[in-house]
Amino acid sequence: MSAETVAALKAKFPNITDRASLDHPAVNAPAAEAGGVLQALRDEHGFDLLADVTAVDWAKGSSPRFTVVYHLFSTTGHGYFRVAADCPLDGDPEVPTATGLWPAANWHEREVYDMFGIRFTGHPDLRRILMWDAYPYFPLRKEFPLAGIDTPLPDPEIAAETGTAVKPAPMAGGPFVASSGAMNMTEAEPRAKDESWNERRTKPEA
Amino acid sequence: MVTANTELTYNSKIEGEVVVSRADAVINWVRTNSMWPMPMGLACCAIELMATASSRFDIARFGAEVMRFSPRQSDVMIVAGTVTYKMATALRRIYDQMAEPKWVIAMGACASTGGMYRSYAVLQGVDRIVPVDVYVSGCPPRPEALLDALVKLQDKVKRERSARNLFTS
Repeated sequence: MSAETVAALKAKFPNITDRASLDHPAVNAPAAEAGGVLQALRDEHGFDLLADVTAVDWAKGSSPRFTVVYHLFSTTGHGYFRVAADCPLDGDPEVPTATGLWPAANWHEREVYDMFGIRFTGHPDLRRILMWDAYPYFPLRKEFPLAGIDTPLPDPEIAAETGTAVKPAPMAGGPFVASSGAMNMTEAEPRAKDESWNERRTKPEA
Repeated sequence: MVTANTELTYNSKIEGEVVVSRADAVINWVRTNSMWPMPMGLACCAIELMATASSRFDIARFGAEVMRFSPRQSDVMIVAGTVTYKMATALRRIYDQMAEPKWVIAMGACASTGGMYRSYAVLQGVDRIVPVDVYVSGCPPRPEALLDALVKLQDKVKRERSARNLFTS
């Protein structure tokens, strides 16, 4: 079924290409055509459920820098399908919205916008969904540190009263990773990669 | 052996219906035995908080069974779960709306220190935004641990100089 679907799609959209995939059939589509590909999959191939919309940040300097990935599921064929669309502009990424095809895309796209800063043109309500509206960064971009960046609290009144701000979390050599394969549970449990520094002893300059 | 005294408790008639005590002792006795919790259930610790309130562990034995979802009616805020920065401001607002006297229990690793969430989005300990009276370790803590925290908080309240606070603050 999957090979026929890909072949039929390629016949209809000559610009799409195969995408390397370990599990489900996948194609690359230009951002401008992604909406059409998704509609064809939904209406002609039975992929009627939008399971997920997410994105990849290929890091600063790459081009294309951002790729939006759609995961579709067929409730009749019981299979998944993946469509990936590279965002044409690296500095100010945007792709057309899929909210017209699936209402479910609304919150998924808001999340991608919140985490990666990819704007979905035509989205009815493109606001942040996890972080607060005034948050200045996009946390899942590669250049954003896991610990976070100094930022004022969402509520200025409470920030003034408590004197609290959003501070980078103490990483103490982290992120904490578990070692796989170790039989001893105590040794296998998550610990910092670099234990030479912590909150009391500062990190040695590289 | 049969004793002459058949009174089970203190008989106020003996003293002419007058009981002599310290104001601190009376106020603290009243306060400690009916601490109504404000359940700030923010993550999985809230499940243990619910277990603590339910029949098996029964927080009612310690007078704290009346979970109040209105800050105006509650005495102790039990912060049960991960506090994100976005939630922290709402949490502080709820704390500000609670009537004095008020106390805070930080339940579990996340509420106490941020726990395993060393992350841009998580407040690294609820004591950065509200004053905490008792910290409970665990991820999540057992219901017994929360009951122990409640008893420890009661002990702490019993030592407060409540009468002086009434007139000075």
